[in-house]
Amino acid sequence: MNNVQNKKRANKSLPFFFKDEFKVFFVIIFFSTILLISTFTFDKVPPILNRGIQPATFPKGLLVLIMFLTTIIYYLSFKNPWKKEKKLPKPFFLTILSFILFVVISKTLDFFLAISVLSIFVSYNWGEKRVFYLLLVGIIFPLVVFIFFEMILGLRFPPGIITNLYYY
Amino acid sequence: MMAPLFSSKLLIVLLFGTLFGLILGVLPGLGPTTGGALILPFTMTLDPLSAIVLLTSIYCAGTYGGAITAVLINTPGTPAAAATCLDGYPLAQKGEAGRALGMATVSSTVGGIFSVIVLVFFAPVLAKLAYEFGQPEYFALAIFGLTMLASIGEGSPIKNLIAGAFGILISTIGKDFMTSIDRFTYGINELSVGIGFIPVVVGLFAISEMLTQSTLLDQVFKRVALKAVKLPSLDDYKKTWKTILRSSGIGSFIGVLPAEGGTVASLIGYSEAKRFSKEPEEFGKGSIEGIAGAEAANNAATGGAMVPTLALGIPGSATTAVILTGLIIHGVRPGPDLFREQPDFLYGIFGAMLIANVLFFIFGFFGAKLFARITLVPNKILWPMIFAVSVCGTYSLSQSIIDVWIMLFFGVLGFFMRRFGFSVVPVIIGLILGELVEGTLRQSLVIFDGNWLMFLTRPIALTFFILSLIALAFPLLRTKKQKD
Repeated sequence: MNNVQNKKRANKSLPFFFKDEFKVFFVIIFFSTILLISTFTFDKVPPILNRGIQPATFPKGLLVLIMFLTTIIYYLSFKNPWKKEKKLPKPFFLTILSFILFVVISKTLDFFLAISVLSIFVSYNWGEKRVFYLLLVGIIFPLVVFIFFEMILGLRFPPGIITNLYYY
Repeated sequence: MMAPLFSSKLLIVLLFGTLFGLILGVLPGLGPTTGGALILPFTMTLDPLSAIVLLTSIYCAGTYGGAITAVLINTPGTPAAAATCLDGYPLAQKGEAGRALGMATVSSTVGGIFSVIVLVFFAPVLAKLAYEFGQPEYFALAIFGLTMLASIGEGSPIKNLIAGAFGILISTIGKDFMTSIDRFTYGINELSVGIGFIPVVVGLFAISEMLTQSTLLDQVFKRVALKAVKLPSLDDYKKTWKTILRSSGIGSFIGVLPAEGGTVASLIGYSEAKRFSKEPEEFGKGSIEGIAGAEAANNAATGGAMVPTLALGIPGSATTAVILTGLIIHGVRPGPDLFREQPDFLYGIFGAMLIANVLFFIFGFFGAKLFARITLVPNKILWPMIFAVSVCGTYSLSQSIIDVWIMLFFGVLGFFMRRFGFSVVPVIIGLILGELVEGTLRQSLVIFDGNWLMFLTRPIALTFFILSLIALAFPLLRTKKQKD
């Protein structure tokens, strides 16, 4: 278990807006507020058709509850500051970048190509330099998965420059 | 009870499920929840009983499989095996990996079988009780489930509550089921049908784990060599039989409560084993009782967690939430009517769980060495492959590319949630209970003519609310006691 335990250090000396507890508090409150405001734009049911509460009431209650509980954890963090997490390494950001690439390629070019590009990109950036293994994760395996899903589940993948070659 | 299982198709499904579950359990970061979610689309090609047999066998075997990596590389294959590391790995380092795995295998099997017996006897009783439940009682029960999850789940109870509320909030996206009014759709047509369970589960478990693994690439595993799994000696049995039975009881009880069953059960099972032990000083240094206590409890939680899932339609853990989704997808509505109308189906599940426990004993005993080798597959090869399966699996259910993007979004969100101490399990349970919570609340208010105080006039609902308050107060009392 020690393998997965990160060494942590207290972050008492940082200004409040750099602290994790403030960042988490801010993000949750910010998005909850936006969502709460948007609930006021929901259509209302006319009183004659309304049974129980309006459709916006339940999500409003949940958002207020989330904001209230978030304020409590932020308040409690003054007494017990959170531990500062280790800085995220380069492969993490490259993996996030690969997700963005995946979305762009799957939307504009081809779903299968997007999987291949992501697999090769991630595998390479995580340290795999051998061409055979890159081809294995990037082409052979996705192809097997693609055909498997297509044949067993009768799944039709979205059209694209490579997928069309298979279908037509 | 076993009659429906005497078909070659079901036995093959059971064998495959057990093997697949073991592989998932062995691989750190994967597990029965992610595996179950990934295999869910494939179950569409099966009949309902085969589909649920497949999912439950993955659940049983996956929970046990985590022990193999816990003992051999000091990394729990599943969170439920975390307590097994404490004594399993030290014992393996002493050259007794076979003995440690033998005890883990035997105690997991006993715990698993014990919990199936609990399931067989307790689930029908709970289902009968559920006939007394109306909308207010179901609402109160769902609230109790969520507060229990926050209270005895991993990490901060308040963070768990936020995660649970967030899960319920996700369930409100799309057309309101009572009035068909759009909520949080922002003009995106695909969102009007709501957010599916599978993209969220795969994102929160598989994709967030992929991101976690990207931060651990410099991690080096020290793998202990394993010659063969050994059955425990007579002395070991004498030393541990009480611990195994106690932990089986604890695990089954904790499993029934809606929480991350196996993880909590193994920690409690372990600490109780230490409390009752004649040699508590040996715990953490390779105590055979420690392994027995943790492993019997986490496998006993599997049958326990199936009790509320089948009897009430309320999942007892994240994996049973996946099983519940499987039931719903196949048109099986869990609850009291299921026990009256489809007893053969239920007995098929009970029998399958019993056989799965025996099968993983055999596979674990003879194949642990082979399964341990799976951990040698490097992450740089494994995770891109898991990504490909995750993407295709998520796409396949609704054939929607939006689902894949939702999966990626929840993957990133899940990573940061875990990084800052928010468990992702309450999100899953909240999502699956969301419609029940909102639906029963609104229908209750219709019954009560909008008077909220009427909830207090229903004895069963009131009992659940009081239990919810106790569940919320419990962590505060526990913290205070620890400080004192």
